[in-house]
Amino acid sequence: MRLISRLTVAVSLTLSVLFSATVNAQTFTFTAIPDQDESRLKERFGKIADYLSEKTGIEVSYIPVKSYSAAVTAFRNNQVQLAWFGGLSGVKARSLVSDSKAIAQGYEDQFFETYFIAHQSTGLNASEAFPMAIEGKRFTFGSKGSTSGRLMPEFHIRENFKKAPNAIFSDVGFSGDHSRTIALVQAGSYEVGAVNFKVWEKELSQGKIDPSKVKVIWKTPTYPDYQWTIRGDVDAQFGQDLTSKITEALLTMEDKALLDSFPRSKFVTATNQDYEPIKNTAKSIGLMD
Amino acid sequence: MTDATLTSSINTSTNSAVTYRRVSLLFLITLFICLPFANLSINTLDPWDELSRIGAGFLAPSFSNYQTLTEALLNTLAFAFQGVALGGVCGLILSLFYQKTVIRQFSAFIRAIHEIFWALIFIQITGLSSATGILAIAIPYTGIFAKIFGELLNEVDHRPIDAIGSQSNTLNSTLFIRLPLAWQHIKTYTCYRLECGIRSSAVLGFIGLPTLGFHMETYYKQGQYEEAAAILYVFFILIGTARFWLKPLLLPIYVLASIWFLPWQSYGDWSLFTRFITEDIVPGPLKYAQGDLLSQSAIFADWFTQRWNNEILPGVLNTLILSQISLIATGFIALLLFPWVSSLFFNKAGRFTGHSVLVVMRSTPEYLLAFIGLLIFGPSMLPGILALALHNGAIVAHLIGLYSQVLVLRDDASTGINRYFFEVLPRIYRQFLAFLLYRWEVIMRETAILGILGIPTLGFYIDSAFEEIRFDRALLLILVAALLNIVVDQIATWSRTRLHIHQRPGSL
Repeated sequence: MRLISRLTVAVSLTLSVLFSATVNAQTFTFTAIPDQDESRLKERFGKIADYLSEKTGIEVSYIPVKSYSAAVTAFRNNQVQLAWFGGLSGVKARSLVSDSKAIAQGYEDQFFETYFIAHQSTGLNASEAFPMAIEGKRFTFGSKGSTSGRLMPEFHIRENFKKAPNAIFSDVGFSGDHSRTIALVQAGSYEVGAVNFKVWEKELSQGKIDPSKVKVIWKTPTYPDYQWTIRGDVDAQFGQDLTSKITEALLTMEDKALLDSFPRSKFVTATNQDYEPIKNTAKSIGLMD
Repeated sequence: MTDATLTSSINTSTNSAVTYRRVSLLFLITLFICLPFANLSINTLDPWDELSRIGAGFLAPSFSNYQTLTEALLNTLAFAFQGVALGGVCGLILSLFYQKTVIRQFSAFIRAIHEIFWALIFIQITGLSSATGILAIAIPYTGIFAKIFGELLNEVDHRPIDAIGSQSNTLNSTLFIRLPLAWQHIKTYTCYRLECGIRSSAVLGFIGLPTLGFHMETYYKQGQYEEAAAILYVFFILIGTARFWLKPLLLPIYVLASIWFLPWQSYGDWSLFTRFITEDIVPGPLKYAQGDLLSQSAIFADWFTQRWNNEILPGVLNTLILSQISLIATGFIALLLFPWVSSLFFNKAGRFTGHSVLVVMRSTPEYLLAFIGLLIFGPSMLPGILALALHNGAIVAHLIGLYSQVLVLRDDASTGINRYFFEVLPRIYRQFLAFLLYRWEVIMRETAILGILGIPTLGFYIDSAFEEIRFDRALLLILVAALLNIVVDQIATWSRTRLHIHQRPGSL
């Protein structure tokens, strides 16, 4: 037993050392979920940091993250105070940090869509009604934590089949990313997939998609998606009116080069209330408690 | 790196031949039990566009972002050096007490958890910081070092200890007699482990630490294969040349330089630690539950039953099936490839090619292999098995290739196929089984990364739990995975003893 108490002492000492080097976030920091076009993130979001810095008069920095949950964790732990979240990650983040609030969303995010795409070999065509013929096919979602790549498509699949995806499709994959989803369906590895419509349109315009091999077969009804969320304690931490300054700066962002980082045409106001439908959907399919 | 193993004695007898046959047969039987449960279907439609893009990327790698690349490279090394150094020091301290059961179990437990999972836990407590990366490497490596160093200390020449009399197991005799005797092996092994540390460090990039893996995964995800190839090539060169610059003498300089380059930093405090222990990992329904102990335990039992049916049972089954088949495939690949790096079969030029191929195979991330497999074969276990078997087969081939070089054949020994089957294979087979048994638990941990194939292994569910910010589930599943690893480790140890493989440490 002496050994155990010694071990305990050693562990606590280690932890003290661990936290002795803690850097308290003195700099106002933001992050963005790694959703699309992750390369040159630092360069693209560095410009956003400069813009916010210029508008608010305080130093603003950006840190890149690798997953939706890492963005939520950084926000929850106050390592970042502001974040560009997806619908689902935003709802989760705000449920974990009291008083945090959605302050702005992209104009397009008020009516976001998920596209169901299919390989030509399935013979499926675009339809208004939900494509029940996808039953038994090989299906892939995007990232597990994505609103457009996971939450909304799974919701509609469950709604229409009254069954879990595993019971409907022959294979259910998580490609991890929208552009992987497109690549895998285009190659026919998966026959059907669910993809963020903005990513689809961008890749289509870039010529990365061969329309003879893969096409859109169904569009979900619209739902609210991406938004900027800020912690409730930033005013106390960084100065009285920082929240309103940041909100103002986002809503008046006009430089196309900056907006293209997201990519959005402009930002409009958002509230926590706007995302109630997302929260309820997440609860209904068991992704949140 | 394996000179400890190289010197281990080689003797074959008819008796042990029977044992080898039995063990090999047992493995093959498990293969045939697993096969019917494995989905190995092939669905190929149009992989060629994407494959040609990947091919074009590898033919014309782009180094245009060399600044990012250099920074990531230095970060990769800095995390690896600090993590392995810290793990080495802690492991050495633990190894002094390795005869104590509690220390052995503690070490087995901490090394049974993959560095990715340690990192995901530490991100909750110390944020995205250098501390997270260093600890994620240092903790499992402490467990590995404690075991290997413990065994090395135990295996030193006993005569000097006997000479000083009865108190041969005290700390003093360990420190002043055993440690100096084992020091050379400890240094050699630490250098070998550093190569693994560099790979671990790169892998930690997949979850957000700024190492090579960070950018590699990004470029791969975006389909920017030119840039991805550039990073991969840098990584190949790093691993391929490691034996030239990873020298024990230089280690202190490397470690100091990496501390200067990547100072210790963390974004957490005690409150986050307390929150993690007292809130985050408390089973979900219990957080809101009221009432006495009885009703609370009923709620817990209900929660546990759900986890058992929905995640643990299918997760364990899929993990076992996938890893068992991959293990056998690993064995075949290793036996096929090892002659390529052995002086018994190839001349210097041939071995150079062999070494290069093996470096490429063992350094290419499994998920990239799995993605290429997925394009070619469609979603099933097949791409997963191929990815795991190619990667691990190359590692085992490398190790037995080196091992085979110490065999001394008669001048008139047969050549070619006959030499392979009648001279070399019988002599290396025992060692081959030992290496394979060591890779068993590694393969099991690696099944975690195959979510893209839609194979719900334990790792898949652990990843989902972290993604859903449900640390209660994540921790339970990590404990199950650790338990499974410990069981497999025990079976492997037991089989090794049965095989009379006097396994000198250093080949893990």
